[in-house]
Amino acid sequence: MSIAVVRVDDRLIHGQVVVGWGQPLGLGFIALVDDKVRASDWEQDLYRMGVPPGIEALFASVDEAARRYDDWERDPRAGLVLAGDIDTIVALVARVPRLRRITLGGIHHRPGRLERLRYVYLTDEELAKLRGLAAQGVEVAAQDVPTARAVPLAEFAK
Amino acid sequence: MSDTLRGVVVSHAGLAQALVGAAESISGVSGALVAVTNEGCDGGALQARIGQAIGDGPAVVFVDLPGGSCLTGAVRTARGQGRGVSVVTGVNLAMLLDFVFHRELAPAEAAQRAVDAGGRAIRIPPA
Repeated sequence: MSIAVVRVDDRLIHGQVVVGWGQPLGLGFIALVDDKVRASDWEQDLYRMGVPPGIEALFASVDEAARRYDDWERDPRAGLVLAGDIDTIVALVARVPRLRRITLGGIHHRPGRLERLRYVYLTDEELAKLRGLAAQGVEVAAQDVPTARAVPLAEFAK
Repeated sequence: MSDTLRGVVVSHAGLAQALVGAAESISGVSGALVAVTNEGCDGGALQARIGQAIGDGPAVVFVDLPGGSCLTGAVRTARGQGRGVSVVTGVNLAMLLDFVFHRELAPAEAAQRAVDAGGRAIRIPPA
């Protein structure tokens, strides 16, 4: 299986993803799953600017991601699947039930969100959705960079 | 509204503040540059910070990396504001020092000048 990480990060493709995860994992592609970015050519161009040579940026809506997930898994290159919010990852899991592990990266403060970890802020509703995924058997953990400990959902979902 | 350009420096962590402080210290020009950090905010809040720093424009927004949250926030803000705002990536001290003395230019012209000045500063000195 070539998908090394499925990550939720509201900054999408940025330094921590490209450098922090990209270098140690030897990523060959980043699949950005986001309906809004998928519909915007200039936003895709913008995100491509942040990807170094050797890593391909792929863009997909949730529906397209569900259809292409098999191809991404069979891809000989290491890949990172990236979503920007909890709703997107919940929708993706609903369409790809074999997706069994999710890593929460940077989910930043906005009104209504509470600090759960230094880099993870969630509303109660978002937390409930993550608990729902966990109840379905999805392993949910937070880990901003590979050198940090993966913090299981149960530890910060109190 | 003044036509003199404002420079907005957008970076990870405290880099923007440090660059603005150094540029002011060296040039003696204060108030021409505003620092914005991406620390502790999501994309929407970062855009709001950048928009507030730009003010009534015109402006050049200097971003640390040629990709990532600072760049996307800067470009989205520039597009959304529909006025004279240009974006430059790879900010360094040399380009800021040149910029503060050429703020009468049009944003696109000042942006190109900054790229040239910043690039000229990257060298390998003789050993």
